[in-house]
Amino acid sequence: MTPPTLELRDLRVTYTVRGIDRQVLRGVSLSIAPGESYGLVGESGCGKSTAAFAAMRYLPRNGKIAEGSILFEGQDMTLMSDPEVASLRTSAISMIYQNPLSALNPTIRIGHQLAEVFRLNGHSKEEAFVLAGEALQRVHIADPEKVMRRYPHHLSGGMAQRVVIAMALASNPRLLVMDEPTTGLDATVEAEVLDLVRELRRDTGTAVLFISHNLGVIRHMCDRVGVLYAGSIVEQGKTADLFSNPSHPYTVGLLRCIPRGGLHKNTDRLDTIPGTPPALGAQLNGCVFADRCAHVEEACRAATPDLVAVGESHTVRCIFHSKSASLPRAIDSLSVSDADQNDQRVKGSRLLDIDHLSKAFTQDGHSVQVVNDVSMKVGVGETLGLVGESGAGKTTIAKLILGLTGFDADSHIVLDGKELAGTLNKRSVQDVGAMQIVFQNPDQALNRRHSVTHIVSRAVQKLGGLSASDSTTRARELLSSMRVDISLHAARPLQLSGGLKQRVAIARAFAGAPQLVVCDEPTSALDVSVQATILNLLVDLQKKDGTSFIFISHDLGVVRYISDKIAVLYLGRIVEYGDSSQVFQGPHHPYTEALLSSVPNIDGSIRKRIPLTGVIPSPSNPPSGCVLHPRCSRMAGSGVEHLCTSTEPALNEVEPGHFMRCHIPLDQLRTVQTQ
Amino acid sequence: MNDSTQSTPKGTVAQERIAVLRKNKAFVVGSSILIFWIICAIFGKLIARYEIDQMDFEATYAAPSGKYWFGTDGLGQDIYSRVIIGSRLIILIAFSATALGTAVGASIGLIAGYLKGTFDMILMRILEAISAIPVIIVALLAIAAVGGSSTIITILIIGFIFAPNVARTIRAAVLAEAEYEYVAAAKLRSEKTSHILFKEILPNVMPTLIVEFTVRLGYAIFAVATLSFLGAGVEAGSPDWGTQVADTWSLIFSNTYWPTLFPAIAIASLAVSINLISDGLLEVFEL
Repeated sequence: MTPPTLELRDLRVTYTVRGIDRQVLRGVSLSIAPGESYGLVGESGCGKSTAAFAAMRYLPRNGKIAEGSILFEGQDMTLMSDPEVASLRTSAISMIYQNPLSALNPTIRIGHQLAEVFRLNGHSKEEAFVLAGEALQRVHIADPEKVMRRYPHHLSGGMAQRVVIAMALASNPRLLVMDEPTTGLDATVEAEVLDLVRELRRDTGTAVLFISHNLGVIRHMCDRVGVLYAGSIVEQGKTADLFSNPSHPYTVGLLRCIPRGGLHKNTDRLDTIPGTPPALGAQLNGCVFADRCAHVEEACRAATPDLVAVGESHTVRCIFHSKSASLPRAIDSLSVSDADQNDQRVKGSRLLDIDHLSKAFTQDGHSVQVVNDVSMKVGVGETLGLVGESGAGKTTIAKLILGLTGFDADSHIVLDGKELAGTLNKRSVQDVGAMQIVFQNPDQALNRRHSVTHIVSRAVQKLGGLSASDSTTRARELLSSMRVDISLHAARPLQLSGGLKQRVAIARAFAGAPQLVVCDEPTSALDVSVQATILNLLVDLQKKDGTSFIFISHDLGVVRYISDKIAVLYLGRIVEYGDSSQVFQGPHHPYTEALLSSVPNIDGSIRKRIPLTGVIPSPSNPPSGCVLHPRCSRMAGSGVEHLCTSTEPALNEVEPGHFMRCHIPLDQLRTVQTQ
Repeated sequence: MNDSTQSTPKGTVAQERIAVLRKNKAFVVGSSILIFWIICAIFGKLIARYEIDQMDFEATYAAPSGKYWFGTDGLGQDIYSRVIIGSRLIILIAFSATALGTAVGASIGLIAGYLKGTFDMILMRILEAISAIPVIIVALLAIAAVGGSSTIITILIIGFIFAPNVARTIRAAVLAEAEYEYVAAAKLRSEKTSHILFKEILPNVMPTLIVEFTVRLGYAIFAVATLSFLGAGVEAGSPDWGTQVADTWSLIFSNTYWPTLFPAIAIASLAVSINLISDGLLEVFEL
């Protein structure tokens, strides 16, 4: 019998941080058969990346393997000499990291970097270059000759990740370790890269250790899954079994946190997992999940639970696994009703009108139209979701609305009946305070030298017009209402977890009772369980105060959950705009359709992916006609190709309240999309 | 329940930094030496064994002995006492000059880095021109122009020459800092520019500023010692290390090394201590 390609046996890894050994992996055991794809999923800080590095015996300098063994095809890597491990890494194991651009050397041409890998495996210089070209073809790079002469910064993220994959496969590895290989990529590019990985795996039979925080991606990519929590695998099994019959309370909780298709803020509240994962190296007795588990009993804390088989090759580390399915919800499933609204503002009445908003930046003497004639409306207490690939102009639109960047002439933004000036210093203090923002990255959005109380009280003082002493009291109240514990009010942002930082940022944004809050990817840096609590908090605040949101996110599930209206952006233009239900139920604009079909959903249903080929064109040189036409999958055979390539379509009202920028008639779209 | 159940004790980062500093040998040695000299500068009179101008004509150029630990100079003055008391002037001048240069430089750097644009460009070109001027030559010329050495003039000149370097370092840090979104958040509450500069951005470039201060302090000590060695910088007759070295260095060849050696060691130890401190700080602030 052939030994598994990779086997970790009771692996314990510690990191020495400021002189103290902190345990990161607490006895991880897993095995990956030849040709199998094994997924490791879990929240940040649970040891996923450490496990990936350990699989190559490539730990940071302060990390060490305290106990256990790493068997590669039956040989214990922990007993090998460094040169032996190095030779395994060149010939048998490859790794693909999250950020492809940092994995490539920026000063060396792609061809040379790729050829070097072949030369390391014993090929001559000429052979290596030929093989490098073939390798690029294998990862579907259309013009390998041209790409080989380029430098990494010439490539888009998706292209660079293809090159990295080509490089990793150059040695025909028996094991491929992929650590969040698509996390930084747009959904459409992610879908393409994942398709490629699946195809290559089918052709080469390489075993894969696939690490991701994204359950949907894992669901689509892996044969078996291990759920990692606090450095320990709490549940492991075949992908379909594990997703259909999750048996560990952590897995159950994780799956419940995700805003899946169909859930909406008006009818459903997201469930959460109470608490946070234990700190790095914390002393844990018994079950690692005990502190956050609703089923916890004394027995759980007494000793580490044994692995129990709950199905064919499906094991779980939980004493009470049989009742996991009935895990009580951490929070009420009922949403705050609209009746609780304590504000006089009438929901749905007009708040913000954006008319013909445009912005051109000057770059190297050329004018680049980043935002092109965008018109939309936000009603009181409503959420407008902005979606689109990176570079679509989402964040620029947010900055234009807030006045952080001045808009072009002939653009109009009307807030509550008052026309606003383009830049902040020309707007009144009230108008500036009426619109606030919650940023994506709270580390940069909160001043790390100020205490939590100071951050919020300053905002209360300036935006709420309170005196210094009153503002501190008000800030404390506000923070407590955001459920930031009083013991943390004197802390600096660095001392808080990601979710808490985002709560502080939300408290600051709401300090002056704003009419509109822009949420720019507020949860994309957070784990799913924390994301759920933040989304619940935002929804509660909206219902209570009647605040309107402009919600920017690349996660369509999140946008669908929280939005009343959606604007789909492509190259600085609105291509589809309408009620959330209209946009999601269709008929869709071909671009929206492609976006929707690229999301790997966690229910495992196979959906036909509508490809969005090629790269996003540069706004400095947009395509003629409809800007989508070079990538559009519905143009061919539509009968209106001549229009698509020559004339830019207008944003037409195709149904009441549903706008689309497409030449193809709605009925024709409906027909092809329901086929 | 929510994610606030986990808390980190207050002040952990600062405490850990101090703990790391205390383990850092370079920093401990450097700060011990500096503290010694600061004590000498403040309480010199109590540590010295003789008045600095007390002359013993029975014992000129006396070798180190139980009576005169570091020997005496040509006027029979106790070198030990003059070295101890001499710390006052160099530390005073070097610290004041560096403080002045850092304060002026940091303000310029903050404004230039935040406002950017044409103002920044013109300002930085002027500063580059200034920093191309050699410190010692300008100082000598200025002192000659004013007509006589003076502590104040020395402080002003060294401060003036240092400001551009500090400004450039701080400007670079501010350029990065101003891109952070907490600055946008401050603009969205209509904060004044001065508040954004000094209350929001300055605290975040403080580590850079502190390290820059110590680095400049090391240079300042050299500059002061050099100037007084060249006969400028301090009023004549002051018990200054550089002056002492200048007055006696030629005697080394006739084996009367002590009037030169001890002030020279003093200069070296002070300069080295400052450099050790800045090395330690660099490590802790992870710059």
